[in-house]
Amino acid sequence: MLLQLKDINKNFGGLQVLQGVNFNVREGEIFGLIGPNGAGKTTVFNLITGLLRASSGSISFNDEDIGTVAPHKITERGIARTFQNIRVFKEMTLLENVVVGMHEHLDYGVTSMLFNLGGFRKAEKEARERALELLSWVRLDHKAHMLADSLSYGEQRKLEFARALATKPKLLLLDEPVAGMNPAEKTELMSEIVNIKQRGFSIFMIEHDMRFVMGLCERIAVLNFGKIIAEGTPDQIKNNQEVIEAYLGKEEA
Amino acid sequence: MGFMEWWDGFWATYNTVIFSIGVNAMLALSIYVTLSCGLLSLANAAFMGIGAYTASLLTMQFEMPFPIALAAGGVLPALVALVIGIPTLRLSGVYLAMATLGFGEVVRVIVLNLDITGGPMGLNGVPPITEWWHIVLILGVTIYALARLRRSKTGRAFEAIKEDEVAARLMGVNVAGYKLLAFVIGAAIAGVAGGLNAHYTFTIGPNNYGFENAVDILTMAVFGGTSNLIGPMIGSTILSLLPEVLRHFKDFRLAINGLILILVVLYLPKGIWDPRRIRAVLGRNAEKKVK
Repeated sequence: MLLQLKDINKNFGGLQVLQGVNFNVREGEIFGLIGPNGAGKTTVFNLITGLLRASSGSISFNDEDIGTVAPHKITERGIARTFQNIRVFKEMTLLENVVVGMHEHLDYGVTSMLFNLGGFRKAEKEARERALELLSWVRLDHKAHMLADSLSYGEQRKLEFARALATKPKLLLLDEPVAGMNPAEKTELMSEIVNIKQRGFSIFMIEHDMRFVMGLCERIAVLNFGKIIAEGTPDQIKNNQEVIEAYLGKEEA
Repeated sequence: MGFMEWWDGFWATYNTVIFSIGVNAMLALSIYVTLSCGLLSLANAAFMGIGAYTASLLTMQFEMPFPIALAAGGVLPALVALVIGIPTLRLSGVYLAMATLGFGEVVRVIVLNLDITGGPMGLNGVPPITEWWHIVLILGVTIYALARLRRSKTGRAFEAIKEDEVAARLMGVNVAGYKLLAFVIGAAIAGVAGGLNAHYTFTIGPNNYGFENAVDILTMAVFGGTSNLIGPMIGSTILSLLPEVLRHFKDFRLAINGLILILVVLYLPKGIWDPRRIRAVLGRNAEKKVK
């Protein structure tokens, strides 16, 4: 199992945000977590990436416990993410943004850096080439030397993808990837996510857009008021009575 | 009057001003390093003081060679920065500024009450062994090293932390480690600057490295602009020369000095040297010419 959450509880003071959350993400799949606003979805991502600690329960990645590992070490182990409220480095160029993602993979010493030796130049050159390639995956390579600030909303989301991929993840967490995008951008992004999956990455997304989730995900879990109320294929989820109630309310008899 | 005579007279009058341009440039660069990592630290005056006292005591009391004294003047503040950085760098923004100001005050009070530092009298008769080329050489090495750093993964990590700490962390950047590194590098540069400064001013005292100096150092960097290395150098040069240039205004000197600062902060919030704005202005003029 690639990612495994077992009996996760998370309290903020007296507020119980997550209660006994269990689910798994398998290698090579696109997994979706859906649920109404405030259900605790982003908290799940913050727990997985180490920004928050679970009150109880365990999280394992590649069968190793990552519940107490520091965020940058979790990134090193192969989990990368994008953010619901975009967090690109606005004053940097697109290329620099992506190269920051390669931080841990740039291996050169202080001497090599200070005197611009071969090791430094080679590593930096390869990083820039790799960054350009990643930008081309999301069709932003033609803007590589522009400041990230000048990009449209949708483009900034795609830049976040490329930057996340630069950390060489096994699992990519996408937090509401199509929020604020128009239908054309959504369709384009859908095909790009499928492309990324086909390159061998596993994907776990949180999303509100039902058409998008149902069209992309192989398996879906539904979170409501901090509890997983259903898990299954898109068809199973669509016809699940509890899920329909959570989203649309109970039908009066 | 021959050129050489003119030069001798000029040098005798202005050598301390010229020395202070170099030392102030190093101080501005020392705070640039921490600012480039998003840290508003006001401890650099205290680090300068620690470096100045360390280097001076080594040359005065132990008759150590100048290079060793200067090196120790860089190493000791760096070690102090390492120790106080671990607890304080968890703070951000104005809270860090206040904690580091508090640290500066603690250093001042300690120096004021120790015997070895000469208490309130400070140290008198520090040997005047700083030569102009010492300053040029050390400033040059500092600029070179910082320029290399800027173009490396370390420089990018600093900038990423400044822009968005959470995103930097999740890109695999050890945020706490790099903040500490920036803090320590800044302390070492300020300490060496203090050592150089002490060895041409004859006397140093606890009040040379207090709150006022901390703010002066910050002002030089912010006035020049902190988006690259050139800004702090321009800022420190202008602010070192300004009191001399405004000498004719006598009593109004400080007021005019302050007015210039206010105008720059109001109209050039990113400092005098802001490459993006300069490019934008030049671009606009180029367009006009085409039309």
